[in-house]
Amino acid sequence: MIRLENVTKTFDSYMAVDNVSFEVPEGEICVLLGPSGCGKTTTMRMINRLTELSSGRILIGGRDIMEVGATELRRGIGYVIQQIGLFPNKTIEDNICTVPDLLGMDRKASRKRAHELLEMVALDPAVFAKRYPKQLSGGQQQRVGVIRALAADPPVLLMDEPFGAIDPINRAVIQDEFLKLQSALKKTVIFVSHDIDEAVKMASRIAIFKSGKLVQYDTPDNILAHPVDDFVADFVGGDRTLKRLQLVKVADAMQADPPRVLAETPVAEALALMQKHDHQSVVMTGPRGRARGLVRRAQLQGAQGMVGDHYERIPCTIQVDDTLRNAVSMMFSNDQTWLACVDQDGFYRGYLTQRGITHLLGATYRDA
Amino acid sequence: MMKGAHLANFSMQALRLAGYALIFLAGVWFHSSGALEAMGAYGEDIRYLTVQHLQLTAISGALAIVIGIPIGVLLARRSLGVLGPVVAQVVNLGTTIPTLAILALAMTVMGLGTPPAIFGLTVLTLLPIVLNTIAGIKSVPPALIDAARGMGMTAWQILWKVELPYALFVIFAGIRTALAINIGTVPLAFLIGGGGLGELIFTGIDLMEPGLLLAGAIPTAALAVAVDLIGAQAQYWLVPKGINPLR
Amino acid sequence: METLRFALENLPQIMDRTVEHVSLVGAAILIAIATGVPIGIAITQNATIAKRVLYVAAIIMTIPSIAFFGILIPILSPFGHGIGYLPALIALVFYSQLPIIRNTYTAIMNIDPALRDAARGMGMTALQRLWQVEIPMAMPVILNGVRNAVVLTIAIAAIATYIGAGGLGTFISRGISQTDSRQLITGAVAVSLLAIAADLFLLLLQRLLTSPGLRTRN
Repeated sequence: MIRLENVTKTFDSYMAVDNVSFEVPEGEICVLLGPSGCGKTTTMRMINRLTELSSGRILIGGRDIMEVGATELRRGIGYVIQQIGLFPNKTIEDNICTVPDLLGMDRKASRKRAHELLEMVALDPAVFAKRYPKQLSGGQQQRVGVIRALAADPPVLLMDEPFGAIDPINRAVIQDEFLKLQSALKKTVIFVSHDIDEAVKMASRIAIFKSGKLVQYDTPDNILAHPVDDFVADFVGGDRTLKRLQLVKVADAMQADPPRVLAETPVAEALALMQKHDHQSVVMTGPRGRARGLVRRAQLQGAQGMVGDHYERIPCTIQVDDTLRNAVSMMFSNDQTWLACVDQDGFYRGYLTQRGITHLLGATYRDA
Repeated sequence: MMKGAHLANFSMQALRLAGYALIFLAGVWFHSSGALEAMGAYGEDIRYLTVQHLQLTAISGALAIVIGIPIGVLLARRSLGVLGPVVAQVVNLGTTIPTLAILALAMTVMGLGTPPAIFGLTVLTLLPIVLNTIAGIKSVPPALIDAARGMGMTAWQILWKVELPYALFVIFAGIRTALAINIGTVPLAFLIGGGGLGELIFTGIDLMEPGLLLAGAIPTAALAVAVDLIGAQAQYWLVPKGINPLR
Repeated sequence: METLRFALENLPQIMDRTVEHVSLVGAAILIAIATGVPIGIAITQNATIAKRVLYVAAIIMTIPSIAFFGILIPILSPFGHGIGYLPALIALVFYSQLPIIRNTYTAIMNIDPALRDAARGMGMTALQRLWQVEIPMAMPVILNGVRNAVVLTIAIAAIATYIGAGGLGTFISRGISQTDSRQLITGAVAVSLLAIAADLFLLLLQRLLTSPGLRTRN
């Protein structure tokens, strides 16, 4: 969708961007990451020609950006900046409709779209449409900044540290909101950031820059697992393995198709099952497979009857689509080494152990 | 980028050339209009009236500073309640009154002569000084006064050691504005019998004699520009570095 | 009391002179806006030129108005307009330049660069940026400059009566030459009221023309 071929930018004799090439597939978020002055912002600004490139080519949807006029090109690309840049003399509604108005689109239709977009970021249009930017909080203003970029429905979005000026709590909320919007709208996004955590959270792909050069372009997990050099390793941080926890889903790390017992299973049979799997406990499910409880080997030793007479509550369960980060957090806060994994309907899908997690994260390094 | 710089460079050249051309034309015109001879012929008058002109400015200016700053300090006191802002608003309105009107009203009160001229000039010079003194004192951060009070300064010490030094730049800006208005109005003082270079200008207009007219107008203009330049230099050098945004 | 009677008896004449005064100032201000605002915008492109233009405008402003008239008379005499409306108009236009140019320049320079970047990034042309963003945002400050210019030109127009431009200054000049305090006070009060009224009117206009999003208080 967006392709950079040998893109270079020199200011006088200083090389700000040095022969950068990469491609962002349609519908993905590509985060340009690096310390300040590394060329990431210049690279982004060349895509909508706010900075003209010195050499190389940039293609959007197969079309060279130099084929269209700069203003026309920019109207087809959403643009969000850290300073937000809402026009204080215009109402929120008119701010959102800036590009549709520039394109001469039907006013009524674009205002209606503006109201829909406001609703999508949980701002009531009846309250906010006619307000002015200064009457909104910083977080609200940046939400408007984001939907302003979406108003003319451009396929491509450029975001220059869009959430950098917002306090950490609000930032997390607005990041989640954006990801939700993105999952519905599927824009191709170039996102400049200097925050590795933000990049890991937002990106489908991360491009790491260092003094004008692209040093690594890969998925977040690969960048965390296999940094190409010391610079990238340093930049992503000594705790990069912990950061990966956020990228891996419980479903990918759990032991699937686990042994299970029913309430009417005889105690002896349950003990045999645990012996066979070398487990200290086993989950008891309902007739259709919902996780109901837990029986421990020590408890059943010498007991009589059925499992249903001896079970206890499952100490901790986690959803299969949750992240490992939350799983680990839950283990620590509940002093457990073991979690039962269930799906949205409560069906028992597997179990997760600390050893299993360690093994999974370690595997990447052993393979490499 | 390059094109813009080039264009700017070009227009800079054009501007400079236009300036030279203007000076040249002014010289030609100046010579042909007979202004030069006239200024020679009225040399004695010009000298005498220039001194008178500057005296009017100096006396009224000094009076305005001496009276204006204390009034400003007084009006900035919080203890005055609403009276301060109300009087300040009236003073503000006063600055919109045309200078000729102020001189005319001074004449109706005091008649013709130098005293009403000085009175009128003092009043119209006073207003900007009062306004800027108020603004300057009001701009002192409350924390500064709090700190001064905490260190045991008396109200009088706070005024002299904290408020006035802090407000000095703004007060000086007011004095400059006031001085520019003053020197611009002095020629009108002639109308109410105050003398000064206005005498040559107004007589020149009445007699339709360009030489006489210019013999008054050119020194008047030069004097005004010179006084403003001196004022600017004084503001630059007299206001200490720590509170002078120009330095 | 006598003055009041004089003013009432000469009300039509006062009205005529006021109209004269206002039309002179109005014409000068319209010309000054039409020249000063574009100059103020143009000089934002180059700091050195801006500095010089503002310097020249400031020097013109310091020249006493009667001296300016005095210099204009010999220049315009060959064209038959040495005294009267034209030199007065020219002088007023010159005097209005500084407040209008300076305020336009300052206002546009003070616009947050991020806003310009946002406007450019969304695909506004330079002209669209000017009309939709820069001028609306600079409006309150530009209008403040116009206000200053109007108050200034009303005062100078009163002096222009001495070069035959008429206006409310006529009462003052006659009052002085005939030592007639009735005319003197009438003229002085009328021109003062005109200046104050114009000031207040423009303040109102400034409020109306400023986007509610830019007002400091709600």
